[in-house]
Amino acid sequence: MIISVASGKGGTGKTTVAVNLALSIDNVQFLDCDVEEPNAHIFLKPQIKKQIKAFIPVPKIDESKCNYCGKCATICVYNAIAVLPGQGEKKGNTLIFEQLCHGCGACSVLCPQNAIKEVNREIGVVELGNCATMEFVHGRLTIGEAMSPPLIRQVKEHINHEKTVIIDAPPGTSCPVVASVKESDFCLLVTEPTPFGLNDLILAVEVLRKLKIPFGVVINRSDLGNDKTDHYCKQENIPVLMRIPFKKEIAVAYSQGELLISVFPEYKEKFAAVYRQIAGKIK
Amino acid sequence: MKQIVIISGKGGTGKTVITGAFAALAKNKVMADCDVDAADLHLLLQPEIKERHDFRSGLSASINKKFCQQCGKCIAACRFNAISDNFVIDHIACEGCGFCSHICPAGAIKMEVSLAGEWFISETRFGPLVHAKLGIAEENSGKLVSLVRKQAKELAEKNNCDWVIIDGAPGIGCPVIASLSGIDCAVVVTEPTLSGLHDAARVVEVARYFSVPVKLVINKYDLNEAMSEKIGAYCVKNSIDVIGKVGFDASVVQAMVEAKTIIEYKDTQIKNEIVSIWQALEDMKKRG
Repeated sequence: MIISVASGKGGTGKTTVAVNLALSIDNVQFLDCDVEEPNAHIFLKPQIKKQIKAFIPVPKIDESKCNYCGKCATICVYNAIAVLPGQGEKKGNTLIFEQLCHGCGACSVLCPQNAIKEVNREIGVVELGNCATMEFVHGRLTIGEAMSPPLIRQVKEHINHEKTVIIDAPPGTSCPVVASVKESDFCLLVTEPTPFGLNDLILAVEVLRKLKIPFGVVINRSDLGNDKTDHYCKQENIPVLMRIPFKKEIAVAYSQGELLISVFPEYKEKFAAVYRQIAGKIK
Repeated sequence: MKQIVIISGKGGTGKTVITGAFAALAKNKVMADCDVDAADLHLLLQPEIKERHDFRSGLSASINKKFCQQCGKCIAACRFNAISDNFVIDHIACEGCGFCSHICPAGAIKMEVSLAGEWFISETRFGPLVHAKLGIAEENSGKLVSLVRKQAKELAEKNNCDWVIIDGAPGIGCPVIASLSGIDCAVVVTEPTLSGLHDAARVVEVARYFSVPVKLVINKYDLNEAMSEKIGAYCVKNSIDVIGKVGFDASVVQAMVEAKTIIEYKDTQIKNEIVSIWQALEDMKKRG
């Protein structure tokens, strides 16, 4: 079973919910798919055993074969290739803008001269390890790289279907979130009962409905803000699976990389109960 | 005219609350919300939409069943697993590369431009706001950010403005990178947590990678003062100017509920702290 934890708005407590849930149940594999800003390792302190460089394929031109026909530049919808045709004695030139390339492979297959091969370009790293019996995987996008979905997909290649998989997703509602939560059996949406929290929760709900993933809500800092989030969930028939009131001790523990279930051990049973509810819903 | 962007790496550190306060304090400016996939600034600024435009970007494949011979070449070619075994396109997975349309021997696949969102020019009680809404689960947030920024800059130039004030997205990926190009100063808002520091450090690296000057604000600094000192030490070590600290105050949420900026809400310590941060940015502008 794969349970992802997402939010729309950032900073609502995704990582808190994901790591504490993971530590409250058995037989878990944890995947941190927030490859732009991975934080779960701060709390889980995994022992990293393996690092795998993550690549995407990008084109490389064989200058001896290229006749600067320009077909590759026409095909590439991402504007990652520009071809300057030769003039008289002057040789042409083919420029590759690697950071724009999505690695679709069309140019290399469709080049009439067979002058394009693909080479690997590094975009980040996938790290694997464990914390006690829990398996741990996360990705780390290289600084300056724009596209995180290819790295997220490479993190997810390590999913162990023998385990209960907990995925910590990035904030937002666009492609990195979709890449992270896709193929989940259930998604927990963590929100806070504020106007910003509710606005972004509604967007996240729309994403999950479009992806046809069942979901429930965790309301963090549940005693701040107003009751509009509760009204919304009731009206939309969305189950509220857990409430975590604001406590300065929780905020301080979080700030130091400490676990909620260490400061308030009673939460361990609460997270286990959330898991049982989710398992019940999926069956 | 100066363009500043408020970013953070980690989400939820207070970017939009601080951007909203800057909107209330700055004179003669255009605001832009570049967190296009989860925009919130409009909740504080209550814009009246004056112009509404479609954002058409990116392509998506569609298969004409009449011509499709089910040869499977498209399925084999697609690296995004966007074509099912029964030849149905998954429009969410499709990245619009068009490889399938080129390789189909029957010419059965067409690429169509997708409607990927909307963008707006609005009027607010603090001046114009350019903002956008990316379609649900859409791509190309970076392109939409660039479009919003272009409109905001043109508007600011036309009106002879002093500032373009941009609310950025969390993370370090395409929307953040798009929000950094040509920026005079990136204000990184962080919080005194290990995650806040870890993520701020990464986004500072990104800003510097693109040669954008960085200033830092520690929000909710009193939630963990020891950690705030750690962040201060990190900034000294990396020659980052800390232009202010803002305390934790529950009135931030109350102000938000009333759709007010922290400047309008009531006289609080944090209001004074944000006023002095804005003053530091004004001084920076005067110095050129």
